[in-house]
Amino acid sequence: MAVTNTAALAANGQIKSRKLVNITVDGHEYQVGADQTLLEGLREAGIKVPTLCNWQGLHPAGACRVCVVELEGARTLVASCTQPIVDGMVVRTQTPRVRLARKINLELQLANHPEDCFYCQRNNNCELQTLAAEYGVERRYRGKRKQALNDVTSYALMRDPEKCILCQRCVTTCADVQAVACITPLKRGFDTTIGVAFGEGIGDSECVNCGQCTKVCPTGALVERDDLAKVYTALADPTKYVVAQIAPAVRVSLAQEFGMSPGADFTGKLVAGLKLVGFTKVFDTNYAADLTIMEEAAELVGRVKNNGPFPLVTSCCPAWIKFAEQYYPDHLENLSSCKSPQMMMGAVLHSEYAKKTEATRDGTFVVSMMPCTAKKWEMNKVSEGDVDVVLTTRELVRMLKREQINLAELEPVSFDPVFGASTWAPAIFGVSGGVAEAAIRTAYQMVTGEELPVPDFTPVRGLEGVKTTVVDVNGVQLRSAVISGLQNVRDFFAQGGWEDYHFIEVMACPGGCINGGGQPYSEHWPLRRLMESLYGIDKNMSWRRSHENPEIVDLYEQYLGAPNSEKAHHLLHRSYVDRSMDYLPQ
Amino acid sequence: MGVQTEVVSATEKRSTLIARLHEVQEREGYLPAVEIAAIAKEMGMSAAQVMGVATFYNHFRLRPPGKHSIKVCDGTACHVKGSNKLLDRIEAELNIQPGESTEDGMFTLHVVACLGACSMAPAMVIDDDVHGRVSPRQLKRILNSYRRRQ
Repeated sequence: MAVTNTAALAANGQIKSRKLVNITVDGHEYQVGADQTLLEGLREAGIKVPTLCNWQGLHPAGACRVCVVELEGARTLVASCTQPIVDGMVVRTQTPRVRLARKINLELQLANHPEDCFYCQRNNNCELQTLAAEYGVERRYRGKRKQALNDVTSYALMRDPEKCILCQRCVTTCADVQAVACITPLKRGFDTTIGVAFGEGIGDSECVNCGQCTKVCPTGALVERDDLAKVYTALADPTKYVVAQIAPAVRVSLAQEFGMSPGADFTGKLVAGLKLVGFTKVFDTNYAADLTIMEEAAELVGRVKNNGPFPLVTSCCPAWIKFAEQYYPDHLENLSSCKSPQMMMGAVLHSEYAKKTEATRDGTFVVSMMPCTAKKWEMNKVSEGDVDVVLTTRELVRMLKREQINLAELEPVSFDPVFGASTWAPAIFGVSGGVAEAAIRTAYQMVTGEELPVPDFTPVRGLEGVKTTVVDVNGVQLRSAVISGLQNVRDFFAQGGWEDYHFIEVMACPGGCINGGGQPYSEHWPLRRLMESLYGIDKNMSWRRSHENPEIVDLYEQYLGAPNSEKAHHLLHRSYVDRSMDYLPQ
Repeated sequence: MGVQTEVVSATEKRSTLIARLHEVQEREGYLPAVEIAAIAKEMGMSAAQVMGVATFYNHFRLRPPGKHSIKVCDGTACHVKGSNKLLDRIEAELNIQPGESTEDGMFTLHVVACLGACSMAPAMVIDDDVHGRVSPRQLKRILNSYRRRQ
């Protein structure tokens, strides 16, 4: 009898008290977990079943009918994604009847799908295209085709309703994972379309631009807004001093795109690659993250002294900020007034950095490489010229491949220093809990003058949606919470008791920026490995606290004075607006 | 426990969504956007989710109905007698599709299955008046008579 790995783990007691069932698939017996769908059971047994609508962790929609299998005793083929698994099931997944049904279902999808793969962002990276090839589709059906205009209302995302196959992954993600539900199926039958309540498109809706929907879309119907052309124009312009900044999460998310093992640290290779593309300087957004930590920790210390208002809530994540401005307008005073790291970096590069180099304020052109689509919105709506273009990890990969640059082959190069000597900054900001950990380390030092005795801050590490910890700072029990995933955020604030915390870190994407909406496509994105990689980078640093970063010390000594000084406020802080009425009909 | 109760009551509230939409449409004649937003808030749903329900059912209207309703019959007899041509004419004359209202708020156009006036095919009903054997040429005169009525 074939025994799967999971079953073996269960037998060894490594997975506790998991109920198992026996199923027969294509003539072989398997033991897999009970309490799951047939599709999940088949996949656990290592059997490949195609699907265009199912997605790990999302409620199954049963919409695409591509995962059909033959189930003994059933009159018709069954969609394995919505069929609960039962002990003794006899299933066939590769019979001519199954293959033909899948092929027909794909052909019917394609009969109402544009055949313009050449011009599609998802060309060669599209689930529908891949399955069509696998099943040898033919053009046997012709009929009416959906006709609709592209939705270009958003700064972050683009939607092509003609490419939409109505799988509902985006709808479920938006509603269940991110608790926004700004997109939903409208109308019925052939006219069904995914859309927003009021206005022309997603840019007119409560969409927080997190981009989680683009990561689950099986086709090119929902994608990031492609801003590569702006970068090429700037690179070709001799009056522009084009520089790049790289977010922490990006550097550990590239390896598998260039055929290397996921999670490998590509920091130095990426710097080298961007120099080849033509960027004059390449900076580390971690520098600005450290700056954020200095400002935020000083804010926290100030609030501890003044006894509030608590909690202080982080402001690094623009999707969370828009969410807060829309749904918690009465608590905007709880948000840290710090700009996000990418904006702080842009502000420093356009001002103090430009002053000391050959670049001019207007000539400096800052391109942010971010794991995030919401940063595009932030750049356009909030940053007031701090940043010029935001590229997601996916666009970055496209750019490098277009330039025929294979990062895997490049020798690593160090970041350019913003001030003083080049340093490698910690990278933990890319994962949920990283900002809280760094802020608490620095706030502790600011208050006590000593370093926090526990070097690895384990309570806020990990991929859980909500993590909490208490640190004794000179007799004050500093309570912090770390939350990621906006549904978790909504639940946390609805539960009550949030007022008892002093510091709360919020990241909109589950797990933090490593799971950002601009990250490469993959249903089995190796979150844990990326997280371990970021903490690994942190461990190898010669210094590990934001307030010890010599470049940061330099910046304060030479230009800004102290954290939260007037100059620092002018350059590095921002304000918030109540957006609770912005998307309501007049 | 508190959370549990909240979930139950939210689900209960949502089960009354369609009834609430009926109520508003009865009162206003259609579902104004502000009411959709208000219902969403009340039900703990997003406005888009309420809109999804409102656009799913033919019964709900998102725009105010015109002053006069035109029902063009497309039953078998009327169809044979050229109701398509009549409908095309009306659509061109008023610049609307079935289910829509004219910009001046005067007419709403519907296509119905059978009015039971087969002997007068092709037939249409404007408000409560039945118009039989309507030739496309008569159409303009008939519509104008309603425009004058205000």
